[in-house]
Amino acid sequence: MQFEQITEGAALPELEFPVTASAIVAGALATNDYENVHHDKAAAEATGVPDIFMNILTTNGLVQRYVGQWAGRSARVRKIAIKLGAPNFVGDTMRINGSVSHVDQAKREVAVTVSGRNRIGEHVGATVTLHFPERNAA
Amino acid sequence: MNDVSDLYTRARTWIGKEAGKPTMARDVVNVPMIRRWCEAMGEENPIYVDAEAAQAEGFPGPVSPPAMLEVWTMARYRPGGRLPEEGIPVLNLFDEAGYTGVVATNIEQEYDRYLVEGDRVSYTAIVDDVSEEKRTGLGIGHFITIRYEFTDQNGGPVGRMLFRVLKFKPNLAQAKAPATESAGNEFPHPRPAITHDNAHYWEGIAKRELLIQKCSDCGHLRHPPGPGCPQCQSLEWETVKASGKGTLYSHVTMHHPRLPTFDYPLPVLLVELEEGVRIVANGIDLPASDLTIGMPLELDFVEVEPGYLLPGFRPARTGG
Repeated sequence: MQFEQITEGAALPELEFPVTASAIVAGALATNDYENVHHDKAAAEATGVPDIFMNILTTNGLVQRYVGQWAGRSARVRKIAIKLGAPNFVGDTMRINGSVSHVDQAKREVAVTVSGRNRIGEHVGATVTLHFPERNAA
Repeated sequence: MNDVSDLYTRARTWIGKEAGKPTMARDVVNVPMIRRWCEAMGEENPIYVDAEAAQAEGFPGPVSPPAMLEVWTMARYRPGGRLPEEGIPVLNLFDEAGYTGVVATNIEQEYDRYLVEGDRVSYTAIVDDVSEEKRTGLGIGHFITIRYEFTDQNGGPVGRMLFRVLKFKPNLAQAKAPATESAGNEFPHPRPAITHDNAHYWEGIAKRELLIQKCSDCGHLRHPPGPGCPQCQSLEWETVKASGKGTLYSHVTMHHPRLPTFDYPLPVLLVELEEGVRIVANGIDLPASDLTIGMPLELDFVEVEPGYLLPGFRPARTGG
């Protein structure tokens, strides 16, 4: 994606992410999160939830990947802000959508608003701020 | 002083203090850990694992995905869980008081530069805030916010993070497994409780009629439905059909928490009907940004689910 092509309101393509037990555990381990509610169903149930659920650092990573896939390798991520709602439990599917909420021509910065929904409701609402360096600058 | 406020007071004495000991990453930024992270996320940008691709983008070598910032400093795995000294004291206070559940609710990360293969990250963490007791879907609890500053091996800043968790008392009675079958109607739209006193109203709605209760003795109109007249206490009543014309008296917009089956942001209107009574209803084709107190509105009906209607209001058509 070239900075010059980006317009406010433009929609990002939808990403469908199957929330399997494997995906939750792979994400938890890859983010070094050994909290038992992310891999041990009995431990999760003991805290009053029905199953293991995705950890926040995996959600954070999925948001980065979703926006990065659209923005391309020349974009630099400046900020990621996420807020979690409905947990991603085993067996669900998260549908991630996003749109360009702001373009700062002077700073060459783009804000993308992201929403990931599962069948309970909104799992994550996020804002990602990207910087697009001038093509010749490193 | 009761236990709850004592806990809250003690927890708040942590604000501004170090949440735990400064921590240095056990490993330098390295491609094997990055590769595993990318595989779990489905991240395919080659600058994170491939030196040539990274160099083509102006980096000396592979860079850490920005969202891995905190991953480098996470505590090690220990059989049986982490040691007491690895915990965060302000959170331990809540565990001791029975708020044993924990769920992370917010992360805000800001990156000063991309970490390069070989960088070693450290952080200091300060307790930023402890909320009052809140009632949440998981149970009652407190939100605790911790602010992290990340630096590299030379002490230079590389980024910062605000991290918020909810410490809650598990509400075991609420635990219920969602069906693992297909998505769909397992979270139906909530329905009104139909009683002897309001059945006429909902029967009207089902026929696309908005019925207002009218006292048979003094003629006073009332809404919401009730058994007696607030003016003359008569129990005799009849109904009149509302014209459907009204104006916006007040409104709120719901953002959070997000309940299944509703679309957010969710404007909720208080509409003054031309007959004089007020009714709470949804807006139709009415984003929150278009709402103006006093704007003319007209009644319509929305079929929320097959056979289930709700009244709603849309902007009045001019000249209509």
